[in-house]
Amino acid sequence: MSKFQFPKSILSRPVYGTLQARVGKAHLMVADAEGAEALLDLAQTGPELMPKAHIIYIPKGTDFAARLEALAPAQLYIAPSFAAATPRLQKALADAHMGVQIYLAGTEGLIGQVMQAAITAGYPASAIQSEHRGSIARRVQCVHCKGITEDVATDPFVCSHCGLNLFVRDHYSRRIAAFQGVCIDAEDPGQVPPAKELYT
Amino acid sequence: MNAGTQKLDVTVAEVFEVNELVKRFRFVRRDGGEMPTFSGGAHVVVEMRDGDVTRLNPYSLMSDPRDRSCLMISVRRDEVGRGGSLFLHQKVKAGDQMVLSYPVNLFSLDLRARKHLMLAGGIGITPFLAQIKQITAMNGRFELHYSVRSKALATYADDLRDHHPEHVHIYHDDQEERIDLEALLDGQPLGTHLYVCGPKGMIDWVVNTAISHGWPHEAVHSEEFLAPQSGQPFEVTLERSGKTIKVGQHQSMLEALEAAGVDAPYLCRGGACGQCETNVLRHEGTFVHRDHWLTDEQKACGDKIMPCVSRFEGKTLVIDR
Repeated sequence: MSKFQFPKSILSRPVYGTLQARVGKAHLMVADAEGAEALLDLAQTGPELMPKAHIIYIPKGTDFAARLEALAPAQLYIAPSFAAATPRLQKALADAHMGVQIYLAGTEGLIGQVMQAAITAGYPASAIQSEHRGSIARRVQCVHCKGITEDVATDPFVCSHCGLNLFVRDHYSRRIAAFQGVCIDAEDPGQVPPAKELYT
Repeated sequence: MNAGTQKLDVTVAEVFEVNELVKRFRFVRRDGGEMPTFSGGAHVVVEMRDGDVTRLNPYSLMSDPRDRSCLMISVRRDEVGRGGSLFLHQKVKAGDQMVLSYPVNLFSLDLRARKHLMLAGGIGITPFLAQIKQITAMNGRFELHYSVRSKALATYADDLRDHHPEHVHIYHDDQEERIDLEALLDGQPLGTHLYVCGPKGMIDWVVNTAISHGWPHEAVHSEEFLAPQSGQPFEVTLERSGKTIKVGQHQSMLEALEAAGVDAPYLCRGGACGQCETNVLRHEGTFVHRDHWLTDEQKACGDKIMPCVSRFEGKTLVIDR
């Protein structure tokens, strides 16, 4: 099973739900990796969505594409990476009208970045549905050099831009779609606790 | 009295007859100072001393929010109401001294919107007049669809159309012109927010249609001031004040509290803002809940009441006030 129960945390930390079929003129669905399972579940409860659905999917090495295709959505776009999917996503949002429903599923990095794009396009944040599936790795911004490291799975970790040892906070920025990483050994350089898997 | 907001001592500078049903009132400060700023959609509560009766009614501000020299409201004469609009129409004249509350906004624009789609019915146009001035000053994007009874009663319609010919659409009831709501909602760009102000039937129709077309609640805004309605007189006991008072047939419970010298909180006096929410300690009888604030569960539960618009029928009512 690809579901994970996140421990309760501060208000800043995003929380995710379970995708529900809603009435809408169109349905924009964006998912990565095991997020496909959430879309497959959604199609079970709301098969009427699919003829009006535009799915943008990033497999990240998983094998769900054929099953998504079998749902016969109005449009299905498979992208090799989130960066590669960005022009498609921007165009879909630019062309979208009120009455569209937005469904996001998969990793926190994907959900956060699409949510950021949708909010920037003017859609209310709290009206966007999201369901976490698959990897619990996070997208983290180094508060010192501002560089973003994708798929951070351990705490602390080494900033991929400036090399500082960063402690992963639950403090989240919707504006940049990333958690904050703060230098853990600023006062005693070199005193770095051993890296642990997140949530262990 | 400290309830509500700070007060403004004003003079009526001008009373202008807009059409046979609507009068516009311009207020300036008695001390010659500037009026407070406000945002489009804000209202003031106007205190009306009519003999022994004191009425406090909310009216939307319709003047330019940037104009600090005055505040203006436009009031439609309501023959069957409890008399607030009749008092303004018949008794208030230029030079009179009155008291207003500071502006309060329960119907503000969502400035994150990419476009503001406004639907007005009748005198429901008033908050939009201020909002359109605000949006225009910010180079914002809006579209107004305004339903009126007839050309003669199309309050400010000519003015709006002259200033914004591309963005204002007027519909005359007597010419069978109707807003084609479904077509209007279809094809609005992402980030459009919808605003509706008018009669209850229109608000329900617009809100329900938008939601059933997939518009998120967050992007649908409405304002309806409920005037308190008359009903059977009843008695209410105020536990903290140690008083038992009578609410008259044409009086709201809030007005009765004020008449008894009890400083009860309020802002909108129209069942919308939640400020006057009051705990019910004991009751034996039936509530007549008329507000937009309490949830259906809270209303069914019977431990809260909004004294600005709601009433009670029965033997005993004890509230925490």
